[in-house]
Amino acid sequence: MQTTTGDDADYRLRCLKQMLRIRLVEETIAERYAEQEMRCPVHLSIGQEASAVGVCDALMSDDRLFSSHRSHAHYLAKGGNLKAMMAEIYGKRDGCIGGRGGSMHLMDPDAGMMASIPIVASSIPLATGTALSDKFDNNGKVTVSFLGDACLEEGVFHESANFAKLRGLPIVYVCENNLYSVYTNLADRQPDRPLTDIPAAHGIEHRHVDGNDLEAVRKAALWAVETARSGNPTFLQLDTYRWREHCGPNYDNHIGYRTEEEFQIWRARDPLERYRKMLEESGTLAPASFAGLEKDIQAEVNGAFAFAIDSPLPEPTEALAHVYA
Amino acid sequence: MSMPETTSAPGAPVINMGTAIRDGLLEAARRDPSVIFFGEGVEDPAALFGTLKDIGKQIGHDRMIEMPIAENGLIGIAIGAAMAGKRPVVSLQRVEFALLALEQILNNAAKTHYVSNGRHNVPLVLRMIVGRGWGQGPEHSQSMEAIFAHVPGLKVIMPAFAEDAKGMIAAAVEDDNPVVVIEHRWSHYTTSPVAEGYVHRPLDGPRTVREGDGLTIVATSYMTLEAVRAADKLAEAGHPVEVLDLRVIRPLNLDPIVESVARTGRLLTVDTGFRMFGIGAEIASEVTSRCFDLLDAAPVRLGLPDHPTPSSRGLVKGFYPDATRIARTAAEMMGLDDAKISAIEEDILAARKDIPLDVPDPFFKGPF
Ligand SMILES: Cc1ncc(C[n+]2csc(CCOP(=O)(O)OP(=O)(O)O)c2C)c(N)n1
Ligand SMILES: [Mg+2]
Repeated sequence: MQTTTGDDADYRLRCLKQMLRIRLVEETIAERYAEQEMRCPVHLSIGQEASAVGVCDALMSDDRLFSSHRSHAHYLAKGGNLKAMMAEIYGKRDGCIGGRGGSMHLMDPDAGMMASIPIVASSIPLATGTALSDKFDNNGKVTVSFLGDACLEEGVFHESANFAKLRGLPIVYVCENNLYSVYTNLADRQPDRPLTDIPAAHGIEHRHVDGNDLEAVRKAALWAVETARSGNPTFLQLDTYRWREHCGPNYDNHIGYRTEEEFQIWRARDPLERYRKMLEESGTLAPASFAGLEKDIQAEVNGAFAFAIDSPLPEPTEALAHVYA
Repeated sequence: MSMPETTSAPGAPVINMGTAIRDGLLEAARRDPSVIFFGEGVEDPAALFGTLKDIGKQIGHDRMIEMPIAENGLIGIAIGAAMAGKRPVVSLQRVEFALLALEQILNNAAKTHYVSNGRHNVPLVLRMIVGRGWGQGPEHSQSMEAIFAHVPGLKVIMPAFAEDAKGMIAAAVEDDNPVVVIEHRWSHYTTSPVAEGYVHRPLDGPRTVREGDGLTIVATSYMTLEAVRAADKLAEAGHPVEVLDLRVIRPLNLDPIVESVARTGRLLTVDTGFRMFGIGAEIASEVTSRCFDLLDAAPVRLGLPDHPTPSSRGLVKGFYPDATRIARTAAEMMGLDDAKISAIEEDILAARKDIPLDVPDPFFKGPF
C-alpha cells in the first residue's frame, strides 16, 4: 500500500520488499509445514507475488480487498498483520480470527483486508456489496475482488459483474489467471476465447497484462483503481503461475497434470527475480543490498513464526462465542 | 473385535470404503451405458479421493464429463440429462460445493417427478464428501444431511462400511430417483472384506451392527464407527447395547428402530451433523410417539454443538461426539455407576493413546 516515508518513498523498493517478504513467509511455511504444527490446508502463492503487490500498491490503506482460499499474498500486500496471520495458520489464540478459520479464512478488517472465503467465487458478491455500500456513503473507497480463473465459471461472478456495471460501483475485479483449477487446465474448463471477453460482455472496461511483471501490474492497477473510484467498475486479467501444488508445500510437476517444462518456463519468469534484476540494472537497488534486505525480512518472518508458536491454543469453550452478534 | 459388517463373502479381499465405492460405481456403469460421471477433476490424479480412479479407462473417457467450476449450472445440467434418460453421477469433493446448487437440487431434482405427475424421472446420484480434521474449518467440514433429508422427493444415504457402500452406491445408480450420497472422508479409510463383482444392497433402512438389550443406539456414517467402539467396550463391561447403522436417512424406515427400542426401552441417537434440527431429532420424536409407554428413559441425542466448526485443534476439542462420550451417555441412561463409567472411558482413551484428535483414529480402519 502507498506510504510515503523513508525508503518506501520509492514505490519500487517498497514493492520489491513486499514481494520478497511474501516469498520468504511462504517459503518458510513450506519449509516448516512438515513439522505438522500448521494443522490446516495451505494454498501458497509462490510465483504469483507480483499481482498481489502490484495491485495493492495502487490502493489506499482504507480501500478494501476480498480474497479466496489462496490469500496469504493478498493479506500481506494489503497490510494485514503478519504475526496474526502466522498465529492463525498455527491455530492459535492470537490468530487474526482466533484460530477459527486457519489459512483459508484470513482477514484483517482494520487493514481493509475484509475477508478470504474458500468457496470458489463466494467472496465476489461480498466485494460487490461493500462497493455498493461505499457508493452510498460516497466515501471514495474502492474494493478489489481477487478471483482465480475458475471463478469466471461460477454464475455469481456474472451476476455480480452485471450489477456492478449497472450501478457504477467502485470495484476492481482482479483475475489471477494461473491456468489451473487444482489439476485441471483452463482449456478443459473454458472455451478458447479471451477471458477479457467476459467483462467486455458486461460492458466492463478491462486490461490484460503480464501478471509476473510488477511494473505492468501496478500500472494497470493504478488505471483500474482510479477508474473504479470514479464509479466505473474495472477488470484486470493478470497471467501468472503457481509454482507449488494446489494445496500444500510441495512441488507436483511429476504427477502428470502439467509438465516440468511448463513449470520451468514460468520459473524463468519469476516475478521477484525479474524485478530485482530490473532495479539493480536501473541503479535503484545497489547490487549488494538485496542480500541485506533478505536477511532483515527473514528476521521479521522468523519473529512472526516464533510469536505464533509461542501463542497459546484457544480453549474449547472459546468456540462458543460469536455465534450471534 | 467382531465384524459389524455381515459380509456376503467372508473370504473376499479386504479393501477400504473409498475403493469399494469406486468398484461399485464401475460395476454399475458397466451394466448400464447411460451412466455418466460429472466431477471437477473427474479424471485428475486425485480422482475424487480415489473413488473415480480409472473408471474412464474402463468405460470410455467420453462418459467422464469434466465439470467447469460451476456447480449450480452443472448440477442443473445433470438433472436435465437425467430427464432425458441418462443416469448421471455427480461427485463433489465437499458437501459445501453442493450448496451452490441448492435451488436445482431442492426444486428440480426433488420435485420434477412429482410435478410432472410422474411423467419425468430424475435418476441422478449426487455424491458429496464430508471433510474432517486437519483444520478443515467452518466451510469444508459440514455434513448437512438434514437439509437434503428435509425435502420430499430426494433420497439421502450415508454409508459407513465398505461392502455396504459398494452395494448401496450401485443401488443408488439404479434408483429412478435423485439420491444424495453423503460420504464421510474418514469412513473412506475403513476396510472390510468386500465381495468382488456386482454387489447390490437395497436402500431399505437401518441395519443392526451390534446386538444388545440395554439400549438402542442409532448412528449415521462415521458416527456408527464411534458407536460400535463404545458398544464393544460396554459389552466387555457386561452391558451389551444395540447399534443400528441408519444408512438411509430418507426415506426413513423407522420400523427396525421402533422394534429395537420396544425391546431395550432406551434410545440414543448420534448425528454426524448438527444436533439441533438434526436427524436424531426426527428419530427421537417419531420413536417417542410410537412407543412412548415402552420407554424407560427419555431419548438422548448427540451431535455437533450449536456453532460452526472451528479450524484450530484447540477449539475443535470436544466438538465431535466420540466413543467415550457415546459410552458415557449410554451408560448413564442405563443407570451404571460413575466408577464403572469412568473405567469404560479410560479403557477407550487408553486404546486411542496419544493420537491427535484432528487425524483419523487408526482403530477405525478395520477390517470390520
Ligand atoms: C464452489 C467450490 N467448488 C469447488 C471448490 C474446490 N476448489 C478449491 S480451490 C479450487 C480451484 C479454484 O481455482 P482458481 O479459482 O483458478 O484459483 P487458484 O486455486 O488457481 O488460485 C477448487 C476447484 C471450492 N472450494 N468451492
Ligand atoms: Mg487458477
